[in-house]
Amino acid sequence: MLQYIIRRILQFIPVFLGVTIILFTLRAVIPGDPVRMIAGERAIPETTYQMIVQNNHLDQPIYTQYVYYLSDLLHGDLGHSYQKNRSVLDIFAEKLPYSASLALCAILVEIIIGLLVGIISAIKKYSFIDLLLTLSTSILVSMPVFWLGMLLQTFFGVWLKGWTGGALSLPVSGAGGPISAYPPILHYILPAVTLASVSLAFTARIMRSQLLEVMNQDYIRTAFAKGLSKRAVIVKHALKNAMIPVITFIGIDFGTMLSSAILTESVFSWPGIGREIFLAIGQRDWPIVMGGVVLIVIIVMIINLIIDISYALFDPRIRYGKKKAE
Amino acid sequence: MLSVSIGKAKGQRLDKEGAKSARTRTLWGDALQRLKKNKLAVISFVWVVLMILLALTADLWVVRVLGDPSYVSTEVTATMSRMPPTLAHPFGTDELGRDILARVVYGAQVSLRVGVLATLIATTIGMILGSLAAYFGRLFDAIIMRLTDIFMAVPYTLFAIALLAVLGPSERNIYIAIGCLGWTSVCRVVRSSILQVKENDYVAAARALGAGNLRIILRHILPNSMASVVVYATMSIGSAIMTEAALSYLGLGIQPPTASWGLMISAGQSFLSVSPWLVICPGIAILGTVLAFTLMGDGLRDALDVKVTD
Repeated sequence: MLQYIIRRILQFIPVFLGVTIILFTLRAVIPGDPVRMIAGERAIPETTYQMIVQNNHLDQPIYTQYVYYLSDLLHGDLGHSYQKNRSVLDIFAEKLPYSASLALCAILVEIIIGLLVGIISAIKKYSFIDLLLTLSTSILVSMPVFWLGMLLQTFFGVWLKGWTGGALSLPVSGAGGPISAYPPILHYILPAVTLASVSLAFTARIMRSQLLEVMNQDYIRTAFAKGLSKRAVIVKHALKNAMIPVITFIGIDFGTMLSSAILTESVFSWPGIGREIFLAIGQRDWPIVMGGVVLIVIIVMIINLIIDISYALFDPRIRYGKKKAE
Repeated sequence: MLSVSIGKAKGQRLDKEGAKSARTRTLWGDALQRLKKNKLAVISFVWVVLMILLALTADLWVVRVLGDPSYVSTEVTATMSRMPPTLAHPFGTDELGRDILARVVYGAQVSLRVGVLATLIATTIGMILGSLAAYFGRLFDAIIMRLTDIFMAVPYTLFAIALLAVLGPSERNIYIAIGCLGWTSVCRVVRSSILQVKENDYVAAARALGAGNLRIILRHILPNSMASVVVYATMSIGSAIMTEAALSYLGLGIQPPTASWGLMISAGQSFLSVSPWLVICPGIAILGTVLAFTLMGDGLRDALDVKVTD
């Protein structure tokens, strides 16, 4: 086991270096004088100019700059915002709880609806319900999330309110707070459903195909031969084994949710990392954009590493077998 | 490649031996027959063809029938702004008084162009790197596979955003972003199918006949992995269209006044509660087109009997 963990971490290092090299290169090729980017448009004296060059190691060769960049990253320094005069990490530390709690809610939606849909369509395979559910998942995957978000806003925020004379409606923006007319938990519903939409469709598909595959195995036939009911076979024997790939998918999805949150959060004005990046794009505040990307990429990579390792803890086949097929 | 139809045998029950001997059609002819039976795939195909026709003929009729999709004047804005759907403007008009159907049609030009070209770039890069990795093996293989690991470790949308933020928003840069990021799956598919094909006797035979590396790759190995590539590429067109829409929505893709579906949704967002058609029409265009490519991909996958993991 320890050997597996060490091997997995060793594999992680070149990928981490590769990703940071790409991100560093991106930052380095931003057009324009980097000193101007830091100092802004105002005129600065030559001495200040030289000081900025030195402080940011801009006079060093590019590989030395990369080493400084990497060391900054490992120290949690993601850069400094042009507009807000604050460190990028500070800004995101404030926003991360919002993004993380929204992602967790979305995962909850994904698990409940995704598994249910997948199990139902597998049990009723090739029936009308199966066709309907499978088609719905295809539609959900093909829908732009920001568009789905807007439709939900219109339906639950505007039309439902109109039809019920203001009695029923859901909040359509923000994360709640003292001035909101709704209890905070209601603010999560629409953004969480929107954020979960694509993933829950994939979860349902994987659940369906896994369950169908497991149902063809010999031990399932044995269980039926023992005289167990269909329900007992599915719940006790089939689901357990079919769940393994589904759980991995959901785990990895937490990272995906953080990165796809940019669209959902900007539609719902959710005060998380994604919306901060979206606003920064509009203001051309590149340190926030690049810092946000770096932060999410690193979080996603670490989450995936942890999932891979914990997965091996639960399923010994992974440890001894070859690398898992991707 | 000769194709022999078994149409005459239809209705007769052929035993297994008979069916085998009658089946001298090519892989692709066979797949086409199966594809025709898949209703969803056929409907999707019709939708895509319709979209392509609309986009290609747009210059001939849109301006005359519906009005110029990018003409803006204060007068038109004052009188025609956000009109609900009527006979003259079947999808209504937008906040500047431009016909939404006209803009959806011109948006189709952009979306289809981006979808097809970006996928072509990504697929070509993936095929080249995948064949090189599999054919030459060893160090080459190791380097290319680590490269795919690196690119796969980064969330796609996020990376596209970073790339466009750096390069600046434009259609050309969308191609670069999708081309840089979308090649990994194709690369792996091509590599693994070549590794399987490479050991076959006919490859050894070709080599014995004096065929060079390039000829063996192009003539004997790649055609055998084309089925999976075609399935992947079809699905990728849909996701490239989706990426373009998302980037344009964020302000990092196509720039106004060019009509793009993502851009139309972003512009209509502020009028969502009063004039929902501004947002609904371009959204349905994206949904329909992406869905059509996905279902076509699904159909091709089943017809060509390719294993594709989600």
